[in-house]
Amino acid sequence: MKIAIPVDEKDIKSNVCVSFGRTPYFLLYDTHTKESVFLDNSAVASTGGAGIKAAQVIVDNKVNALLTPRCGQNAADVLKTADIKIFKTTNASIKENIEDYISGNLPLLEEIHAGFHGHGGK
Amino acid sequence: MQDFMDTEVNSMKIAVLSGKGGTGKTLVSVNLAAVVNQSVYIDCDVEEPNGYLFFKPEGILEQQISVKIPTVDNKLCNGCRKCVDFCKFNALAYIKDKMIVFEEVCHSCGGCIILCPIKAVIEKEKVIGKIQKGTSDQVTVYTGMLNTGEASGIPIIKRLLTENKRESNKLTIIDCPPGSACVVMESIKDADYCILVAEPTLFGVHNLNMVYELVKLFDKPFGVVLNKCLEGENPSEKFCLEKNIKILSRIPFDSELGKMNSNAEIAVMKSLKYRAIFSSLIETVKKELQHETTFNS
Repeated sequence: MKIAIPVDEKDIKSNVCVSFGRTPYFLLYDTHTKESVFLDNSAVASTGGAGIKAAQVIVDNKVNALLTPRCGQNAADVLKTADIKIFKTTNASIKENIEDYISGNLPLLEEIHAGFHGHGGK
Repeated sequence: MQDFMDTEVNSMKIAVLSGKGGTGKTLVSVNLAAVVNQSVYIDCDVEEPNGYLFFKPEGILEQQISVKIPTVDNKLCNGCRKCVDFCKFNALAYIKDKMIVFEEVCHSCGGCIILCPIKAVIEKEKVIGKIQKGTSDQVTVYTGMLNTGEASGIPIIKRLLTENKRESNKLTIIDCPPGSACVVMESIKDADYCILVAEPTLFGVHNLNMVYELVKLFDKPFGVVLNKCLEGENPSEKFCLEKNIKILSRIPFDSELGKMNSNAEIAVMKSLKYRAIFSSLIETVKKELQHETTFNS
């Protein structure tokens, strides 16, 4: 299984980023090989539609599950179309969330926000 | 010469703007349009137009406004993604061998349609709102209405202002959207004069400064109407004096005016006091404009 997590820094000891669409990096983690790859999020500087673009990157990297604290409607639509499951991270630790995901203790993200669409964080 | 200038001044376009909502743009716009002989009132605050509530225009003609957005023939599309990579608004995604168009993110630039090498992206019309035209006594009332959830009112504002060119012999009052964003820029683009409405608070000064910078950037002649004036210090007035900005009028903080306004009555129709205030305001603006015309010619 390949999972993706928005992260603040290119370091597995750093934190889960509070934003999906505008996270600086994604951690791609393979649960079988235990391999980690960090990706730059090209959507971070978008004037709009960052969630859509970030979701496209996740899809293109053939990820099976996304672990994120939150996710907007448009990004969720893209991920859903690609059959990617969205799980809700429960704390800031990347490692703990990966462990919780593997042991099946991470809940699915139920709350999809409508998006900020130019209004900044609300 | 005087006659010529009068005709010119009487057919000028005056935009009324402010840094935030609730400052008094519609109050000033509606009363200015109502106090002159022949005028056009255009409500460019398309997200929440309310001038028509005062004018109650009759003989309404309506026109739907649509924009062109892309639609994809997924049987033709070969997944080259030129369009996805091009779209700087990220309105397109390519998932499971299919294009997805996020219509409300699209800004109708048409780039994807031009770029598609196999013409799989074509355009379709999408209605985003409407404009209405009606009359209320001597005032022609235009109203732009953007549908809820649409990204931008600019196409509606553009149409409102083009429609009005047909009646360009009348004095036109443009009631702008609040703030200083692109919808406001579109609204004031062709204006001959800008009236900035300001509240007597520090927050009011901040908002005034936003539109002040905008009209300076657009190099428009402008002046300020101080609204909700109370006894004592007025930070917006202080700001005008410091920046050497012309104060066109002072409207008092008055419960009589508040009542008329909340009953959707036009103050200049109901009160001699306000008829005098707004007649004098329009005369002041005309003088400013004549001065501009003379100065520039």
